[in-house]
Amino acid sequence: MNRLAVELPGLQLKNPIMPASGCFGFGREYGNLYDLSMLGAIMIKATTLDKRFGNPTPRVAETASGMLNAIGLQNPGLQGVMENELPWLEQYDVPIIANVAGTETADYVEVAKTISTAPNVRALELNISCPNVKCGGITFGTDPQQAHDLTAAVKEVSEVPVYVKLSPNVTDIKEIAKAVEAGGADGITMINTLVGMRLDQKTGRPIIANLTGGLSGPAVKPVAIKMVYEVSQVVQIPIIGMGGIAETADVIDFLSAGASAVAVGTANFVDPFICPKIIEELPAKLDELGVEHISELVGRSHRL
Amino acid sequence: MIIQDRMNVTGQREIAKNIFEMKLTGKLVGEINSPGQFVHIRVSDSFEPLLRRPISIASIDYEAGEMTIIYRAEGRGTQLLSLKKEGDEVDVLGPLGNGFPVDETSPGETAVLIGGGIGVPPLYELSMQLTAKGVNCIHVLGFQTADVSFYEEEFMRLGETYIATVDGTKGMSGFVTNVMETIGDGFATYYSCGPMPMLNAVQTAYSGKKGFLSFEQRMGCGIGACFACVCETTDKTDKEYIKVCSDGPVFPAGVVSI
Repeated sequence: MNRLAVELPGLQLKNPIMPASGCFGFGREYGNLYDLSMLGAIMIKATTLDKRFGNPTPRVAETASGMLNAIGLQNPGLQGVMENELPWLEQYDVPIIANVAGTETADYVEVAKTISTAPNVRALELNISCPNVKCGGITFGTDPQQAHDLTAAVKEVSEVPVYVKLSPNVTDIKEIAKAVEAGGADGITMINTLVGMRLDQKTGRPIIANLTGGLSGPAVKPVAIKMVYEVSQVVQIPIIGMGGIAETADVIDFLSAGASAVAVGTANFVDPFICPKIIEELPAKLDELGVEHISELVGRSHRL
Repeated sequence: MIIQDRMNVTGQREIAKNIFEMKLTGKLVGEINSPGQFVHIRVSDSFEPLLRRPISIASIDYEAGEMTIIYRAEGRGTQLLSLKKEGDEVDVLGPLGNGFPVDETSPGETAVLIGGGIGVPPLYELSMQLTAKGVNCIHVLGFQTADVSFYEEEFMRLGETYIATVDGTKGMSGFVTNVMETIGDGFATYYSCGPMPMLNAVQTAYSGKKGFLSFEQRMGCGIGACFACVCETTDKTDKEYIKVCSDGPVFPAGVVSI
């Protein structure tokens, strides 16, 4: 028995560990370092209809136990991803979750319709929560009705299950979660980054050229855990949790809070081998906790 | 190949004000293939500070499995690095990026190496490799002030060396471009590393000459995955942007839009 195997809509995962979108490119760089087939899945970088250059630099700034980024969804566009990135990833035995982004509903629908036909794309991650683009993205993720309608529109055209990535930058994330579930979402991924700012000590001006950026890293983990804990109690669909996961103990916390699988983001920058290291450490952690299968940990915080 | 290595600190000394020279041994040294490549160092085993620090490689001793890095202890991360002592271990990722092309200058030809501040260190290994193959190297090194200047004697042993300081406390008063005016253009190739305004000035002064520039840009991952360190290219027909960490940090003059 594979003690780490997890089954989610569209996804047969060898283990619940996957790199988070935006922190792993399209896998090529990490593919030079280790065999990507060992991962549970790969959430590839956001794909938009047309290619995007992204925001001006500086695009990152370090913060206490975290970092701010405002990359701005730089990507080669739908055609580039379909022709160059997804075929390259086919050499690995790993399901791909394609992150779909756009500025208006028609963009999302067009990207979802096409990218969901790629043979290795087993699920979509609808990006309605990117804080670093001026139009679209987060505007869909902060209004329950818009989130619902966009989810429904994408569900209608997608060939694979649709997960919706939620923003923490809202008054009540539960409302958005319920809205996307009602819109037909097969799962939720959460949380995206928190909007933040860092100033230059010498000039007093924001360091990031975009002025604000998305905060990620261990600093945001308590916020993410609280939100996964809350959302998992109001929806029936599974959650892939993320937000500050940097070591094996963090994975246990997210599963305990109610996530069925997790994504590792910023920690890949700190240690590019972090995903395989966590996968390797998990069985011993299960022994330590007296658990036979990893799924036994899911939502145990609610049972206390 | 890029590897993650727990390297041993075999030496650490302050060679100028807040400028440190650290020697590290480990198998990573055997993977370095060109001067101008860099390493990404985790300065703490905790998550504070979080990100790695990109540091250029100043010299390589393949036989001893040892490399020397030179860095300025300026922010929290590099200050923590400066506290490491002989016998400590450091988590190093590397070698990263593409360095200076030594083969672009033939034996008997002259190369001018122009460095500014903490952009000087990678030129040292470059000069050693160029001079070893018979290239005549002229060094132009710029610093803010005499207090933060370093490696003058080391460079002098390899070839003609000029120093410029902004405040005039050492060498010629002014910038590297002031020194360059006295050198003329009787050389085959130039190589430069330093802040963007300096690279721009060097490229402008030597337009038409074959040159290679090493860029600095704020980085996240250091391996090309995060897209933090992108720069626009001048000729967008081939590639609209480059990543300093993985496509560079060294590019032929004229490729990067400054």
